[in-house]
Amino acid sequence: MHLLVQSIIVGVLTGGVYALMATGQTLIFGVMRVINVAQGAMVILAAYLSSSLFSSFGIDPFLSILITAPILFVLGFTIHATFLRRLRPEQNELSLLIMFAVALGIEGVLGLAYSTTYRSIQTGYVNRSFTVAGYHVALVRLLAFGLSAVILVGLFLLLNRSRFGRSVRATVQNPTSARLLGVEPTRVAAIGFGLGAATAAAAGAVYGLVYPFNGGSHYDLISRLLSIVMLGGLGSLGGSVIAALVMGVAESVVAANVSPIWSSFTFFAVLLAVLVFRPRGLFGVAQRGAL
Amino acid sequence: MTVVRRAGLALLLTAAVLVGFVGVTHWIMNIFIFTVMYAGLATGWNLVGGFAGYTSLGHAAFFGIGAYAMDVTFEHHSIGAGYVPFAILPFIGIGVAALSIPLGWIAMRTRAATFAIVTITLLFVVQTLAFNLKSITHGSQGMGITPPPFALHTYERPFYVAMLAMLVLALLITWYVQRSKLGLALAAIRDDEDKAHGVGVHVTAVKLIAFSTSVAIASMIGAVWAYYVLFIYPQFAVDPLISIGIVLMVFLGGKGTLWGPALGALIVVPAQQYFAYELGASKLYLIAYAGLFLVIMLFLPQGIIPSLASWADRNRHRRARTLSGGQLVSPPLHELLP
Repeated sequence: MHLLVQSIIVGVLTGGVYALMATGQTLIFGVMRVINVAQGAMVILAAYLSSSLFSSFGIDPFLSILITAPILFVLGFTIHATFLRRLRPEQNELSLLIMFAVALGIEGVLGLAYSTTYRSIQTGYVNRSFTVAGYHVALVRLLAFGLSAVILVGLFLLLNRSRFGRSVRATVQNPTSARLLGVEPTRVAAIGFGLGAATAAAAGAVYGLVYPFNGGSHYDLISRLLSIVMLGGLGSLGGSVIAALVMGVAESVVAANVSPIWSSFTFFAVLLAVLVFRPRGLFGVAQRGAL
Repeated sequence: MTVVRRAGLALLLTAAVLVGFVGVTHWIMNIFIFTVMYAGLATGWNLVGGFAGYTSLGHAAFFGIGAYAMDVTFEHHSIGAGYVPFAILPFIGIGVAALSIPLGWIAMRTRAATFAIVTITLLFVVQTLAFNLKSITHGSQGMGITPPPFALHTYERPFYVAMLAMLVLALLITWYVQRSKLGLALAAIRDDEDKAHGVGVHVTAVKLIAFSTSVAIASMIGAVWAYYVLFIYPQFAVDPLISIGIVLMVFLGGKGTLWGPALGALIVVPAQQYFAYELGASKLYLIAYAGLFLVIMLFLPQGIIPSLASWADRNRHRRARTLSGGQLVSPPLHELLP
């Protein structure tokens, strides 16, 4: 019982980080109908940037997000402007393949710049933890969860309370009508893409603190993130957050109570169940030809 | 098929077989084998990716299953004079086809980009299984097969012929599908699956036939590959780069055409091997590959053969208009359709 509760605590905290990554991906899917398979690669890129900033300049990984987020925003914006702008929404397989190539390119650049040995960000507090009612809570994971929560709330406010958010939602719902009302879908999509990439910056700093990584780690993330967004329903922000928490907990419970080597399988098992019983995900909207 | 065409094909096949018998260095022969291997994989992928329009990124999973099936079978059995492993290829193909039916049934409940996601995930599932099922696959240690006792200077020949046989099989199946009702049904599914269903196409059955045939070819090629490289391990046998390479070649040559995928392989694989040779298996190679991919996706998403065909059509059309003195000649079909 103690083990179970402990693993649920770890799972929820991990789920928060997954939620951050998956939200960026969902945002990008929402504005562009692009399945960003490079989201994992962007997270790893950001992890490397934070790690370099820490080892070279002593900048705390949490603070380094203020530097890496704008870099990733520009990267996302540029990828959109260079490769995706001219694609039509129905070409979403082509955009998926393009993003796959981008992911390979990022992996290649990272391998060249940093070699392929695993590294992790070792700050002074990285191994600190405290005990609440007999349960261990790692400080880093708690901070990561808190950061994710803050960013998610910020994104939610941005999308629901600001003019930009309204244009995003309008573009998601009906690009043609949005254009008639004076919204520029291309610009909205470019900024949305940039924002999605910027969330990867935050996720990357946190990922680097919690897990060791190398250039190839993005493959681990791709399948996990894709399973999460499928479970939540493609394009549903709330869905992806809930799905991330569910997956985080499921993974951690299996890792602690069954075996760590099978923990990544929980993602696939859940994905399988989703595909069989509810292909559009928990909160997805059924669209003709979309699934 | 005209006599000229038939003669041309016979000539091409003879040339392709003879290539395996000219005395070239092992390194060149290695390039030939990989070119024909990818040509076969791409032609097989085209059945489901090109004709049905279902972009699978999971073919490397079945390639890997075939590879492991080969090594697991011959871990405890003798390979005899070295030709026994080739004889079990059909059984691997049939086995994997059977296995792929439930998997395909689940995956093909989704469409377009979602299908691509599900098939990538399938690839990672198989890779994780290869890592974790240590009693069968020996996990990350990898597993090997006894080297065959072939004469050194013609060592590659049997592998080349086997790969070529797989390519010819894939081309024959494609040729048959193109001319049959199955091909029409697949085209209908690619254009509008719901309508196809509405007019009475058995969409699920048709999709599953295409998928299982396609991945069975991939698995048999994987089996030959495992025998050729002698030693496999999870990241090597179930490699996302194989899937993405196949897709790249098909897009370059032309989706949904008979010769396009093989043509794409003929262009990409030697370039790929050259990059790998010049740049080493380093990360520069990965960057060059990604760059090539982006260029093709952005500038030639239609592929070489369809682009050439529409160019030739336009020319013929223009000439026809001049010949008929400006009178209306019916334009080619693809210009009438949106």
